[in-house]
Amino acid sequence: MAALRQIAFYGKGGIGKSTTSQNTLAALAEMGQKILIVGCDPKADSTRLILHSKAQDTILSLAADAGSVEDLELEDVMKIGYRDIRCVESGGPEPGVGCAGRGVITSINFLEEEGAYDGVDYVSYDVLGDVVCGGFAMPIRENKAQEIYIVMSGEMMAMYAANNISKGILKYANSGGVRLGGLVCNERQTDKELELAESLAGKLGTRLIHFVPRDNVVQHAELRRMTVLEYAPESKQANEYRQLAQKIHANAGNGTIPTPITMDELEDLLMEHGIMKRVDETIVGKTAAELAAAAA
Amino acid sequence: MSQSAEKIIDHEMLFRQPEYTEMFASKKQNFEFPYPADKVTEIRDWTKTAEYREKNFAREALTVNPAKACQPLGAVFAAVGFANTLPFVHGSQGCVAYYRSHFSRHFKEPTSCVSSSMTEDAAVFGGLNNMIDGLANSYSMYKPEMIAVSTTCMAEVIGDDLGAFITTAKQKGSVPEDFDVPFAHTPAFVGSHITGYDNALKGVLTHFWHGKERVANNAINFIGGFDGFVVGNMPEIRRILNLFGAEYTVLCDPSDVWNTPSDGEFRMYDGGTTKAEVKSALNAKATILFQGISTEKTGKYIAETGQEVVSLHHPLGLAGTDQFLMEVSRLTGKPIPAQLERERGRLVDAIADSSAHIHGKKFALYGDPDLMLGLTAFLLELGAEPVHVLSTNGDDHWAAKVQTLFDASPFGKGCHVYAKKDLWHMRSLLFTEPVDLLIGNTYGKYLERDCGVPLIRLGFPIFDRHHHHRFPIWGYEGSLRVLVTILDEIFEALDANTIDTAKTDYSYDIIR
Repeated sequence: MAALRQIAFYGKGGIGKSTTSQNTLAALAEMGQKILIVGCDPKADSTRLILHSKAQDTILSLAADAGSVEDLELEDVMKIGYRDIRCVESGGPEPGVGCAGRGVITSINFLEEEGAYDGVDYVSYDVLGDVVCGGFAMPIRENKAQEIYIVMSGEMMAMYAANNISKGILKYANSGGVRLGGLVCNERQTDKELELAESLAGKLGTRLIHFVPRDNVVQHAELRRMTVLEYAPESKQANEYRQLAQKIHANAGNGTIPTPITMDELEDLLMEHGIMKRVDETIVGKTAAELAAAAA
Repeated sequence: MSQSAEKIIDHEMLFRQPEYTEMFASKKQNFEFPYPADKVTEIRDWTKTAEYREKNFAREALTVNPAKACQPLGAVFAAVGFANTLPFVHGSQGCVAYYRSHFSRHFKEPTSCVSSSMTEDAAVFGGLNNMIDGLANSYSMYKPEMIAVSTTCMAEVIGDDLGAFITTAKQKGSVPEDFDVPFAHTPAFVGSHITGYDNALKGVLTHFWHGKERVANNAINFIGGFDGFVVGNMPEIRRILNLFGAEYTVLCDPSDVWNTPSDGEFRMYDGGTTKAEVKSALNAKATILFQGISTEKTGKYIAETGQEVVSLHHPLGLAGTDQFLMEVSRLTGKPIPAQLERERGRLVDAIADSSAHIHGKKFALYGDPDLMLGLTAFLLELGAEPVHVLSTNGDDHWAAKVQTLFDASPFGKGCHVYAKKDLWHMRSLLFTEPVDLLIGNTYGKYLERDCGVPLIRLGFPIFDRHHHHRFPIWGYEGSLRVLVTILDEIFEALDANTIDTAKTDYSYDIIR
């Protein structure tokens, strides 16, 4: 058996991270890989398409019921879904209370101690939005994910998040072994999206590993709580995910240490591609009335 | 004023002087608005009933007087067991003050341990700078040969990554690149002090063994686990292993640093397992875990290196010590020394001499899970009945092991084991199913007062009796000491119960 590959998907909230990761992992499973998905998002939606369920019982909710995480057994928290993909969700507190980051740490420690990683080829972490605290950096610590894939789009804030995540990776890249595997652009049909994504990848010292086109079949599959691979295996979109899966599979050891850029550089990038106009400093902070007066 | 510089009254007597008793009475009457005394008595009596016990055991969201401490305390214990090693706790200062005072109150010795002094800004921005400055300061001020890092809750909640931080601190020049900084994450809100001991010890072994090739030899390793009697026990274990002529390494031995002489020289470090010993211990043929539950993860890690791991549970008494010695004999291929056979015979003799007094006595005991297993087995061997065996940090697997001991002995009938329970549960047990004697740590004295059951001090911590930790409780000699400790309390209780002149003193005997 080949060495365990550990990968993680990061990206701005709502970018389609969970959808992209589950479809890609389903394609990897189709290739014969044994997969464990570790959802690291309090929303616990990283495994719903694989399990056909609304939301899996999470490690932390089960631990809260049982008294403590030490009272849990692996079989309590791990569910088996499409093509024998093993699924766990770390879960976390309700919005506005507690500490979700600590939940991620607790869950991953539990899984390692209970031997959840034994006998799988891939462990994939699906991590929420932004690396807001140390807990959400847990999957990129030493001896965990070797490559990070950032799901993004041509939208300003998604690119901003991708850059931020790169900063997080850089923090751990020198002391540990984590690398940036590449960007995955999930098409939003913004202007010059492919061009922009490739250009950002270049700036970050990585590459755009795949451009996933927008296709409504993804929505149709999601409504049925299925991956496209399962719902419409013959579709064009399923092939897109298969391509992405193959690229990730072939990408072992090819990750890079990212070179995050400053906010100004990011704005320059958008201007280069004509997405954003250079701000006329004379109009900043002026009301409409003031501008009208000045124009007159 | 009763207090004067000429005749200073200690606090034991001072507050019984009239100006204090009057002040307390007036404070209570005028400011505390107390319930009437009979109401207080009524409620107190109600808490002694079976009805209350039922409510008490149905308790879910509250722990009262847990018989355990937190992970970093055990991590500090493990760290000071290595030669010239400074324990470094990444987190807030108050926590570290607790570990130091807790050990110092028990061992009556200073415990050197530093903190990375995280404050609010570190909680927001992460404790990397505290690690960088802390390691640099510790290294230059206290000149250790090794710094063993563990964590408090604060660093754990914000997710500080020790491995990355230490690497970065080395890159920034806090300590030389090749300086040994083993580490372990020890969140205090998980497990107990024995978990922390386990994690920290595993951290040290991993640091020195990772990536090294094992070339098996004939030596054995001994790991004692978290132990309040370590100062007396470790020299006894070394004496036993030396009698065998065994080639051995004790991994983690704080018995010298917590037993330094007063000769004018302060020893921040003393004794302990050296780095060279830790490195060569990888090659041993086997490791004996004297307290297997206290060293579960360490044992698993050692087994993965290819060594045989023998996991015991604080063996005590005849069968327990027999088992330990036979394992040593099997692993080393050496016969059990005649000296130890004589010691065994003497223990048998002592047990027989006192059997009439200890036979059939009912005991309640609480403490760390391994110690409870050892004591339960020994009490059953003595013909005593360990009626209530309770542990806060013992889980259901532990409880099953205790039950197996009960089932194997006629004295175990009617005995019960209580996993994950606290001393308030114990209080209910003592009122509703009374016993003759209680075994526990210093905190048991409140139960002794409340329930009127004499306390035998075995466990950790023991703050209110001095120096017992300097004597062993392991081996046949140690078991003899446990026997004597139990007997002393039995006779004390018997004397106290027969002391009334011309009433009960027909049994207040000179000869027992």
